[in-house]
Amino acid sequence: MSLVHEIDYGTPVSKSAETVKLTIDGNEVVVPAGTSIMRAAMDAGIQVPKLCATDSVDAFGSCRLCLVEIAGRPGTPASCTTPVAAGMVVSTQTERLKQVRKGVMELYISDHPLDCLTCAANGDCELQDMAGAVGLRDVRYGYAGENHLKLEKDESNPYFTFDASKCIVCSRCVRACEEVQGTFALTIQGRGFDSKVSAGMLSDNFLSSECVSCGACVQACPTATLSEKSLIDIGQPEHSVVTTCAYCGVGCSFKAEMRGEELVRMVPYKEGKANHGHSCVKGRFAWGYANHKERILNPMIRESIDQPWREVSWEVAIDRVASEFKRLQSKHGRLAIGGITSSRCTNEETYLVQKLVRGGFGNNNVDTCARVCHSPTGYGLRATFGTSAGTQDFDSVDQSDVILIIGANPTDAHPVFASRMKKRLRAGAKLIVIDPRRTDIVRMPHIEAQYHLPLRPGTNAAILNALAHTIVTEGLVDEAFVRDFCDLDAFEHWATFVSEPQNSPETVGPMAGVSSEAIRGAARLYATGGNGAIYYGLGVTEHSQGTTAVMALANLAMATGNLGRQGVGVNPLRGQNNVQGACDMGSFPHELTGYRHISDDATRTMFEKLWGVPLDNEPGLRIPNMFDAAIDGTFRGIYVQGEDILQSDPNTVHVKKALAAMECVVVQDLFLNETANYAHVFLPGSTFLEKDGTFTNAERRINRVRKVMTPKNGMADWEITLAIAKAMGFEMPYNHPSEIMDEIAALTPTFAGVSYDLLDKEGSVQWPCNEKAPTGTPIMHIGGFARGKGNFMITEYVATDEKVGPRFPLLLTTGRILSQYNVGAQTRRTENVVWHDEDVLEIHPHDAEERGVRDGDWVKLDSRAGGTALHARITDRVAPGVVYTTFHHPETQANVVTTEFSDWATNCPEYKVTAVQVSPSNGPSEWQKDYVEQARQSRRIATKVAAE
Amino acid sequence: MSASAEKLVTMANQIGRFFVPQRDADPAAAIADHLEKFWDPRMRAAIVAHLAAGGAGLDGPVREAVGRLKTVKIPEKGLSA
Ligand code: SF4
Ligand code: SF4
Ligand code: SF4
Ligand code: FES
Repeated sequence: MSLVHEIDYGTPVSKSAETVKLTIDGNEVVVPAGTSIMRAAMDAGIQVPKLCATDSVDAFGSCRLCLVEIAGRPGTPASCTTPVAAGMVVSTQTERLKQVRKGVMELYISDHPLDCLTCAANGDCELQDMAGAVGLRDVRYGYAGENHLKLEKDESNPYFTFDASKCIVCSRCVRACEEVQGTFALTIQGRGFDSKVSAGMLSDNFLSSECVSCGACVQACPTATLSEKSLIDIGQPEHSVVTTCAYCGVGCSFKAEMRGEELVRMVPYKEGKANHGHSCVKGRFAWGYANHKERILNPMIRESIDQPWREVSWEVAIDRVASEFKRLQSKHGRLAIGGITSSRCTNEETYLVQKLVRGGFGNNNVDTCARVCHSPTGYGLRATFGTSAGTQDFDSVDQSDVILIIGANPTDAHPVFASRMKKRLRAGAKLIVIDPRRTDIVRMPHIEAQYHLPLRPGTNAAILNALAHTIVTEGLVDEAFVRDFCDLDAFEHWATFVSEPQNSPETVGPMAGVSSEAIRGAARLYATGGNGAIYYGLGVTEHSQGTTAVMALANLAMATGNLGRQGVGVNPLRGQNNVQGACDMGSFPHELTGYRHISDDATRTMFEKLWGVPLDNEPGLRIPNMFDAAIDGTFRGIYVQGEDILQSDPNTVHVKKALAAMECVVVQDLFLNETANYAHVFLPGSTFLEKDGTFTNAERRINRVRKVMTPKNGMADWEITLAIAKAMGFEMPYNHPSEIMDEIAALTPTFAGVSYDLLDKEGSVQWPCNEKAPTGTPIMHIGGFARGKGNFMITEYVATDEKVGPRFPLLLTTGRILSQYNVGAQTRRTENVVWHDEDVLEIHPHDAEERGVRDGDWVKLDSRAGGTALHARITDRVAPGVVYTTFHHPETQANVVTTEFSDWATNCPEYKVTAVQVSPSNGPSEWQKDYVEQARQSRRIATKVAAE
Repeated sequence: MSASAEKLVTMANQIGRFFVPQRDADPAAAIADHLEKFWDPRMRAAIVAHLAAGGAGLDGPVREAVGRLKTVKIPEKGLSA
């Protein structure tokens, strides 16, 4: 095994279609016009010495090390900033160049600590390499002159160190922060000898500055100045393996850089087609949870949930699961048990859980946490376009002219894709944001939304209908597109519907709290501003009309012809890493892989033949239905893989009651999560570093997850499911996840061409991947829709039953922040807590004043479902009448407050709208005080008996 | 009405409010189809039983749709296939 080395071409690739021929050191080279001489040379395998250039940022031309000579031109131009020209004859190594370069290096080295042997970057330092490359042998100036060697280190960031004494002021970090990340946290302060890199104001350090800890500057730094603390601690890695981040739906590729079985650091992989070498704080740094002391490594059982856990062998634990499930089925019927697959686990693992339920349990009571986030996307896009997935690849955004973001907060929840989006916005694309809250992207350095529609939570469908009304009644429909690609009757019917006066901006605006002019302006911009791309998130789906709103977005895109090419489309931003995959893999109770209904005889027969068992043709229970059935007594046992349903599902009190009513709750996870407090069997899970498999990101991209260490718990998650299946008498014999993927491919037309061999060859592919598209499909619906004709659906606005009134006059909406992930089980167990150690309630100054609440006060948050207490943050990010919080911390449990109202089509819970009251409070509420003790009680582990 | 029946009625009516304005000639058929495709047998059995008991709270077309649901037999043990 060795390190995966990536070539640094020095400057970014040129996208020009025109080519230029030139000669470099006697070699003929053909490159796209606009390429730098430096990059052209590297293409020919000639490495020009360089320090301030790297291919993730534009050339700057400050170090003067990369000089070359060009026949017929005077002087020694910098090869990083000089573009190629036809017929150019370049020399990269001449006597004159050698002398100049030595001189440059001498100056750098005279002001650089010479502790190379003990430096963390030893062996991976470009300054060291360049000293070697230019043949520097001594420094004429000595080291005694004025220098920066005594400068202090900035250790404030938990994950990386800034050692100013080693800085050569090449500004690669500053440019990476601007160009790659788009945060503008770094500047070069001062001039000449005094110039230095500074995070934020002079008084700031990295932690107090705007820095979001994405790591782009660390990646770009050619010296040890910016170094990962883990690298300083452990030393240089000796091998690396390419794998995929297990946090969010962007699906960034990383090199896991290892020393033996110890992870040294995660470095974003340039070849990664979703992230192109960029990362965010979670994937780059927040992997320490894998070794957290609270991670459970042994299986445990207990007879009832008031007892302490007992550690047992895998055999005993698996036997307990199987015998309990069999007992429950024989006593309460075949439909009395079920399972939940995880959007955090791999495709292969998800596939196995649904196979276990359908084939081994003999029913279809399988669901996934996608139920509570993106199930409306599947239903809505299928009804309109014919495929349950987003239409574009991420690269498409580079060609968008108008970006419409609704109900999504990409800079926090999908940070790496947000950086791409921000880059495009800085280059001139226009921005429309539809969100009750003024999210960061509405106004940030060099970006300002043309329109922000701060609608009242729950009015998405109405606002989208008003946009459609404007487009239709002002004659902005792309008639040719509609005529060629859409069902005309459906269009006519829809156009008549949206034109009705109740859908006009003038009617909808006042009701939704948005000016009608802004609605009209946004509609005109989206319809006429060039390539219009829609990006949406859970602020669209998690409503009682979630599915309706997804359809309304699809209608808008069809009416304006914004589909079927680069730069346009309807794109769900998926939350967890494998939400798309979990849906694709047949996790929903009513459908098999590839979204085929369980009642379809031909499909079901195919599965029955291969699996060797009969399958039930009736849909099973969805997660909320499982809870109701548990309370009714018809659902008694559940296998939950990698999911914390108690913390993540709405109306916690109801979920607790359901879990407590079950006789056998089996939780498979890394930690004793909240659901485990109600479990009878705990099966320790493995991390993404400990297994092979695939994740599918928000752009339908299937990425490989590769095992870099032995599972600390002894088994990968897929192996645990196999063991349960075997004990239940349903053998699923696989030796490796690749065999599971082969089975998926054999059974699923959209995956027919997928195999681990193909993924190794291509890096990743986007489904559909089959005979028609052997290397996958970046953009869907080119030249026609998957379902044939695009189908306009009527999206009548129906106000939610969750209404404000005198007792609950405010609307609560929930979301997430950058440094934490979902219920926080992983991120709360990393240093990321320095950025977010509690959930707070955002409230508008006006509402706060009315209630006598000051910034930082404890407040009570009550709804019809329940109450909790947390600290208030007064901000005009939220409109009057709206409050906002996150759901990362079990001590707050925002879901104690959320209700069970749900989407009409999919039962996706209405997290985004809850009528609440906020009142001053002295501290945590009663249940919160009890919580700590209760959690401690239910997490007790009996000390092992010596004989065991 | 029991809490669970009330919930099923709310859910069924929500489905109805989506399908009624669509251009299907027979919204009840679309509603019934949705219930068949997405509701597990015990939920369908419960709403059918609720209709049999008078169907309080069910909107017109939804009531019609529930009336058209195939009677489902909830299996006891094992698959009969
Ligand atoms: S870590 Fe990211 S945000 Fe922070 S300074 Fe570096 S590039 Fe900028
Ligand atoms: S910190 Fe590193 S990248 Fe930034 S200017 Fe100094 S040496 Fe260059
Ligand atoms: S953007 Fe998402 S996938 Fe990429 S590193 Fe961050 S959390 Fe991981
Ligand atoms: S690398 Fe070209 S001037 Fe620094």
